[in-house]
Amino acid sequence: MSLAIDIRRLRFRYGGGPWVLDIPELTLERGERAFLFGPSGSGKTTLLGVLAGVLEANEGEVTVLGEDLASLSSAQRDAFRAQHIGYVFQMFNLIPYLSVLDNIALPARMDPARRARLDGAGVKETAALLADHLQIGDLLKKPVTELSVGQQQRVAACRALIGAPELIVADEPTSSLDFDRREAFLELLFQECERAGATLVFVSHDRTLEGMFSRRISLPDVNKAVL
Amino acid sequence: MLVFDLALKSLRNRAFSTSLTVGSIALSVALLIGVENVRVGMRESFSNTISQTDLIVGAKGGTIQLLLYSVFGMGSPTNNLTWDTYREWAEHPAVEWTIPYGLGDSHRGFRVIGTNEDFYRHYRYRGGQAIALAEGRPGSGVFDVTLGADVASELGYGLGDEVAVTHGIGEVGFLNHDQMPFTVVGILDKTFTPVDRAVYVTLEGIEAIHFGWEDGAPPMPGEEQTREAVLAMGEIEITQVTSFFVGATNRRDVLRLQREVNDYEGEPMMAVIPGLALNEMWQGIGYAETGLRVVTIFVVLVGLLGMLVSLYTSLNERRREMAILRAVGAGPNRIVSLLVLESVCLAAAGAIGGLALVYVLLSAGQPIVEAQVGLFIPIRPPGSIELLFLGAVVTAGFLMGFVPALKAYRTALHDGLAVRV
Ligand SMILES: Nc1ncnc2c1ncn2[C@@H]1O[C@H](COP(=O)(O)OP(=O)(O)O)[C@@H](O)[C@H]1O
Ligand SMILES: [Mg+2]
Repeated sequence: MSLAIDIRRLRFRYGGGPWVLDIPELTLERGERAFLFGPSGSGKTTLLGVLAGVLEANEGEVTVLGEDLASLSSAQRDAFRAQHIGYVFQMFNLIPYLSVLDNIALPARMDPARRARLDGAGVKETAALLADHLQIGDLLKKPVTELSVGQQQRVAACRALIGAPELIVADEPTSSLDFDRREAFLELLFQECERAGATLVFVSHDRTLEGMFSRRISLPDVNKAVL
Repeated sequence: MLVFDLALKSLRNRAFSTSLTVGSIALSVALLIGVENVRVGMRESFSNTISQTDLIVGAKGGTIQLLLYSVFGMGSPTNNLTWDTYREWAEHPAVEWTIPYGLGDSHRGFRVIGTNEDFYRHYRYRGGQAIALAEGRPGSGVFDVTLGADVASELGYGLGDEVAVTHGIGEVGFLNHDQMPFTVVGILDKTFTPVDRAVYVTLEGIEAIHFGWEDGAPPMPGEEQTREAVLAMGEIEITQVTSFFVGATNRRDVLRLQREVNDYEGEPMMAVIPGLALNEMWQGIGYAETGLRVVTIFVVLVGLLGMLVSLYTSLNERRREMAILRAVGAGPNRIVSLLVLESVCLAAAGAIGGLALVYVLLSAGQPIVEAQVGLFIPIRPPGSIELLFLGAVVTAGFLMGFVPALKAYRTALHDGLAVRV
């Protein structure tokens, strides 16, 4: 099976600052559900930025879904991200002036390739279907400012999943949820990743959830830059 | 399309600051276009007041002054010409027609002009239109008066009404020639020129109201003339005119005729060519106009700077939004175009709002300006000047949009997906 993520001798730092990432090797198979953990400040968000092609590695090779990111221009990396990656933030995931539906539909409207993968269904229908799956089907018309944090995270998950990207990256999406809601959220996320055949990289500093994952990665163990 | 949709929704989300920004741009644009409209309208209104008159002749003095009191009913004449001199010029072979004017009196703030049938026959305005009567007939008797359209409508006069004429020019003459009321015999059609705001009597009528004033002081009590006494006097002798309009037999003779008048030895007098005198007047106020235009352009710049400040300060609270857009695949160029587009939308909305405001103000203010200043500012569909201004404002909005856009671009690059608030 080909690799979803293949990192070799990656080094990254912000501007002229200290090294934040120094990862000799890190790979992830396609279809895996990986739990990436480490204390705050250990570079988890930074690593996701590199994987998503928003940040550019200073050294080494980062191959995502078979694509060598260093060989792409920054515009190509943006297009690659739009097409193949779904991203969920820890919080404040939603654009305040868009409706729930428009927030979910955003990636499909941003990128023609992602829109093309809706399997013939319209953007709205697909968004509504995903919302149903994540049990927020009745919220589509609401302004996002009226949603609870849990509802917001589900909307963000729908947005990450629309157009079936191969890689879902979630940066501590449950840390602002109550404990019993975390599991429910994860169950739904897993289910949708499975349906879409997507690889999931799930970041957290809270290890109570790690039992639900097929692969556990401790960032401090793979990242030499963390002292 | 997506970026346009985002820009509109984002602006609507910040409705308060958006409407403030659009409002201030609209006000400044309205000022710019309004001033331009008034300027052009004023010039047109002035040059439309008189047409086909080759020379205006009056006592020696300032050329602009002569033009102002003879044509625009502004300021007051200093000296008169004798009737004999006038007749001499009227019969000059190079002169085809003349219109004599006797000025210096008023009726409730409106100028009284003493003239004769030549006024109705030869006076032309706006591209050669002649004076026409809405009702009645041109005044011909000593106590006949014909009213300009605005005089009749503002004072509510109709045919047959009796009117007192004041010696001197002012809102209320303190001495009324009440003993000699004039009778309204005609009302002129509206011309949208100062003609509408004048009261026309005969030259004999002007003489009549000055009986007893020969020494410049009012007649002694008991010595005032009455209408009956004047009418009993038979033919009244006209002694003077203030100025007269000249139509030359041949256009080529105008300059020579003007020189001849200026060199006339009988009494000090001068002739001006209306178009040239108007140009001279515009040159005089050209600096003021340029100054005013510069000021209004700066006002527009201030309006646009307000927009810049408002967009720029909103960026900090929008960092999150930019990170989300980046995460779903928006490149920095999309972030830049989003902000530039917002800026263009604000500027365009302000420009269009300003234009609309100009039309609202013009249609509301037109009658007031006409009544107060006697200027008719025409309302027309936007012309090339307006479109040029609007284009300039939108272009300026576009260029200014790059300031917040580039800032957002740098922030987005630096923040990546991690906004540290
Ligand atoms: N935009 C940035 N500019 C400079 N330094 C940053 C930036 N983002 C993160 N860092 C630094 O990089 C290190 C890792 O941060 P981060 O990846 O956010 O860790 P985590 O997500 O594990 O908490 C921290 O020391 C942080 O201060
Ligand atoms: Mg983090």
